[in-house]
Amino acid sequence: MHGLTGIFDNQGVPLEKQEFSWKEIASKPISKLDDDAFTRVRVILMNGIEQDALRLKHIGARMNKSLRLPLAQVRRVEQHQMTSINWLLSSDHSPLETTVAYEQVAIEVTAAVAQNEPDPYQAQTYRFGLLEDFDHLYRYSAMLDRLEGKDANNILQGYTDIIPARPTSEHHRAPESDLRDNYEKDSAALITKIHAAMITAAEYQTHDYYMNIGPLFADPVARQLYAEIASVEEQHVTQYGSLMDPDESFLEKWLIHEAMEVYNYEACAKQEDNPRIKAMWERFLDYELGHLNLVCDLFKQYERRDPAEILGGSVPAMIEFKSQREFVRKVVAEEVNLRTSGSNYVQKQEESPLSLAYRTQMNTPIIPSNIASAGYEWRPGTELAEKKS
Amino acid sequence: MASSAKMGHNLTGAQMSPKDTEKMVDLIKRYPADVPGNASDLLIARRNETSESDRIGSVPVPGSAKGKLKSTFEKMMGKNPEVLIDKLGERLAYERTGVRLYEAAIAKVQALDTGAGAPPDLLKTLQTIRNEEEEHFHLLVAAVEKLGADPTAMTPSADVAGVIALGVMQVLTDPRTNISHALNALLTIELADNAAWELLIEMAESAGQKSIAKSFGKALTQEQQHVANIKALLRQDQLTQLS
Repeated sequence: MHGLTGIFDNQGVPLEKQEFSWKEIASKPISKLDDDAFTRVRVILMNGIEQDALRLKHIGARMNKSLRLPLAQVRRVEQHQMTSINWLLSSDHSPLETTVAYEQVAIEVTAAVAQNEPDPYQAQTYRFGLLEDFDHLYRYSAMLDRLEGKDANNILQGYTDIIPARPTSEHHRAPESDLRDNYEKDSAALITKIHAAMITAAEYQTHDYYMNIGPLFADPVARQLYAEIASVEEQHVTQYGSLMDPDESFLEKWLIHEAMEVYNYEACAKQEDNPRIKAMWERFLDYELGHLNLVCDLFKQYERRDPAEILGGSVPAMIEFKSQREFVRKVVAEEVNLRTSGSNYVQKQEESPLSLAYRTQMNTPIIPSNIASAGYEWRPGTELAEKKS
Repeated sequence: MASSAKMGHNLTGAQMSPKDTEKMVDLIKRYPADVPGNASDLLIARRNETSESDRIGSVPVPGSAKGKLKSTFEKMMGKNPEVLIDKLGERLAYERTGVRLYEAAIAKVQALDTGAGAPPDLLKTLQTIRNEEEEHFHLLVAAVEKLGADPTAMTPSADVAGVIALGVMQVLTDPRTNISHALNALLTIELADNAAWELLIEMAESAGQKSIAKSFGKALTQEQQHVANIKALLRQDQLTQLS
């Protein structure tokens, strides 16, 4: 053991015993109609986290010859964990319905993180990003209603509001004003490091998903809307990615990522209602503990440091997967007019002129998010269900 | 998989969470739409983009037309011969896809317990239709070759037919869908197929291709039978479940 506490103080399943088959990694999906929306929220979140686990390890392998083999070995397992998770999404989700679910993940998970985050600047950053994903949900809900004739609430199941927030048309900023101040690796709390890694992973996935499915749409406005929001998601990856300390070593980042995976799988396993999916979360929690122990060994071997330096101390409170309606409403009411100037949060009138110039350029001659949502007000059963007086 | 619709814990409707729904509707009074306009803004944008758009692609020039003047070719094939070639290409693709769609439906019916309440001739009927769709595909290959065109090319209307069939394919190959869902998907295909054969025969005649038009007569008769059969099977399936 490595002197860690709480959930991290477990051996899990050793890597050589982590096995899969094609049959099980592409098994039966969840029900879009009958499973709870938060089962799908967890599926999407954990898929994004596993995707980022692969991403981080590939980047690490490019720069660390001695770590290439263990990185490849762990990646093989994580590839199949990711497949097992992502293949749970059923084929009757249209790409736009899945998009609504992605935005629900971004809202509900980021809101939970914002409330658990002890560092005020980092928490402010989560609240800032949250309001933008909240607005994306509104624009995409309008698009779903007006393109496919479907009610976004069939996906959201009443957990998440559908209203405009900070308008998507005003999310487009100059890169200077997307960068944030990073935490300091030697003084930041472990939960701060975990939050930055997990929200960056989630946003990265959302960006990549929109980039892949955007061109699948025939409707020109839908194509434009995905182009516009995918660009904002790239800004979000920039924003959240910059919260992490660039002076952490690669092995330190790997250690934090594995701890972040353990932290999330434990929360999924504890809160899942669907017994089949709960068993999968429990199994993958054990697998991740195996990965964490392996990386602790590598950390000792290559850095001659104690993993408890990074992962020691109190274990963070578990993230809660539940509707954060009241918190989100409060943030909308209080912070919708916040903007950025460099890494600072400022009032609307003080926004960076570079961002304003960039926005004017991009928003001419059309603003897709405005076209898709002009006059849109959500009603149960779509806007067509509103009785004309 | 249930072979018919069942009552359960469907969570999608607003009535599943009436308090949340009330909160959501109340909130909209405080946060109405922030961009003026309505759904017609989307339609105007579509209109503008449509007027500026390129086409999906072109009808390939038939080998028999290569090196000939357009007027000479038109004397052989009638005015705008590409319209007929495009339509023949569409039917060819549709029938070829139709074979695969019926194969998917057959697998579903074989997998489910068809003993209780399912139409007795269901499997046999689907197999017969599958085989006739394949015959029609070969018939169309012969017709396209007769015109000197390439039956392996994907014409624009063939491409669009493939897009139309995507939803049907998803329904038929989803292991979770039942026989009623499958028959409903097949009915969509057969209703369109029937009308398309009627039109194709009329187009072939209008283009002066009387022998091709004649060769399609039997296919149309079979397609009329397909619609009648699938419609009757779906009706029987649904009404049996209700009774």
